[in-house]
Amino acid sequence: MAVELMKGNVALAEAAIRAGVEAYFGYPITPQTELLEHMAKRMPELGRAFVQAESEVAAINMVYGAACTGARAMTSSSSPGISLMQEGFSYIAGSEVPCVVVDIMRGGPGLGNIQPSQSDYFQVTRSAGHGDYHAIVLAPASVQEAIDLMVEAFDLADEYRHLVFVVADGLIGQMMEPAELPPMKAIRRPRGDWALTGADGREKNIITSLELNAPDLEELNNRLQAKLAHIREHEQRSTEMLTGDARLIVVGYGTSGRIAETAVKQARREGMKVGLFRPISLWPFPERRLSALADQVGAFLVVEMNAGQMLDDVRLAAGGQVPVTFYGRTGGMVPMPEEIYDEIVTQYNKLTTSAV
Amino acid sequence: MATAAMVEEKVVYQRPESLESIPTHYCPGCTHGVAHRLVAEVLDELGVRERTIGVSPVGCSVFAYKYFNTDGAEAAHGRAPAMATGIKRVMPDRVVFTYQGDGDLAAIGIAEIVHAATRGENFTTIFINNAIYGMTGGQMAPTTLPGQRTTSSPVGRDVELTGFPIRMAELLSGAPGAAYVVRRSLHNVKEINRAKRAIKTAFEVQLAGLGFSMVELLSACPTGWKVTPPEAMDWIEQQMVPYYPLGDYKIADGVEQLAKRR
Repeated sequence: MAVELMKGNVALAEAAIRAGVEAYFGYPITPQTELLEHMAKRMPELGRAFVQAESEVAAINMVYGAACTGARAMTSSSSPGISLMQEGFSYIAGSEVPCVVVDIMRGGPGLGNIQPSQSDYFQVTRSAGHGDYHAIVLAPASVQEAIDLMVEAFDLADEYRHLVFVVADGLIGQMMEPAELPPMKAIRRPRGDWALTGADGREKNIITSLELNAPDLEELNNRLQAKLAHIREHEQRSTEMLTGDARLIVVGYGTSGRIAETAVKQARREGMKVGLFRPISLWPFPERRLSALADQVGAFLVVEMNAGQMLDDVRLAAGGQVPVTFYGRTGGMVPMPEEIYDEIVTQYNKLTTSAV
Repeated sequence: MATAAMVEEKVVYQRPESLESIPTHYCPGCTHGVAHRLVAEVLDELGVRERTIGVSPVGCSVFAYKYFNTDGAEAAHGRAPAMATGIKRVMPDRVVFTYQGDGDLAAIGIAEIVHAATRGENFTTIFINNAIYGMTGGQMAPTTLPGQRTTSSPVGRDVELTGFPIRMAELLSGAPGAAYVVRRSLHNVKEINRAKRAIKTAFEVQLAGLGFSMVELLSACPTGWKVTPPEAMDWIEQQMVPYYPLGDYKIADGVEQLAKRR
């Protein structure tokens, strides 16, 4: 496969197709619409299912239906649409069917705007719907990583029969970067033995999130929590740069992590011992590695395009061992590397002052 | 010992294979059981039980999947047509049906049913219209009749304040993608037999790939209406049928030929 120049949203769509997605259901919303448009063209060409739904509510329930048959199914949306899909997320998690959702986040609350934002962190990592669960959440910082995580998302969804998010923002969704697509995977046949395919030669299969008997529902929750505990143990993903001797580590994911990388490199050029930690899985949060880093650094600086959401997870991982400070922009404002650099200088100076 | 003469016995009535043998949770006099049986008989007669996937609603028939001996899914409130769309689009050779009440289909799920019909989704909907929310204890439904008392219209439905009941068969008959939309009733044997023929046609429409099919069934809710089961049958005939006329609202090209073939 050759490296080619691709727009993030289109790359996500084509990566899903190559990962063997059989059904896409969606509703237009900026800044993810190119993903839907690519699916509208490609899926029928390949004899796969594409429906432009009447709403995000309908779209996620169509995904739920297709996923119940064991087919690889997905949708994509942006923040206000993700709010509408929360009903479906909860049912999907409760009935344990695999599916993948892309959230190209935008500025909120409410209708907000269409500029890049990371304001859905709480929404997607905490439960993504009513009830007691977490979805798996992956956050790419480039078009290439978006492609790679999109493919991985389908494998994780299948492995755990669970809801998997790939979250980015309008910046990653809209920009063009050179990237390489994976080869086309064959559509998976046959379906899982749990799937709804018709009770031919077997007992009937039922997919439901309803269990009126409290002891039985608690047992179901216990099973779900055991699965999530396993995921938490085995699926933490992160990357880091220049952390070996770092006194201050900047923590950022997706776009803000990528911008922070420029600021960290500048700080290094100025002789400051600063590193970067970039979570790739937002749930499970890479707490194990971050806790280990808390033993060696003087402080963490969290950078997000929101008012401080992952900040909570960093504080939990730091466990009060070191100060955790925050720099964020909201409303669709993207921080400049210089702003983050200035904040690094401020926080780094505090460290060196207090060390004297 | 004398040898008993072999007597040829003819089975005249038995439980359809498509219906499970389990205790019912429906109230005495409720016609959900009748509707379930009719659907199950039709699935048996068409020989499609092993390739059928049913989608249950939220409401009294939330457990429909327990009664049908087919693969089944439980949808969120009102979303059965969206779920059925997802299933049918990836499994076009399977028989897919939704079973929905009036709160599910005509209130919270009206967008999903209208757009599924408009797209001509090739599945079948069994729509139970009993003019009330049964499961939550008898509140006003979008189909509650003018003046009808419910727990949320305690002095009777005031159409000045709450609007008029919605006629779904008439509404959906306007959808270009709908191939077969009819209203039947379950208040006496004659109407039950007519209802079954309609349900069979609806599934045949799906098997022929003609598009969306729906059978609306006027149904009894003696518990919600606070009447006896026999009174409930009379109430359907005297109160519901005049507002919800029985009949065929959409018969697309090709449907008549299906009936003739039978």
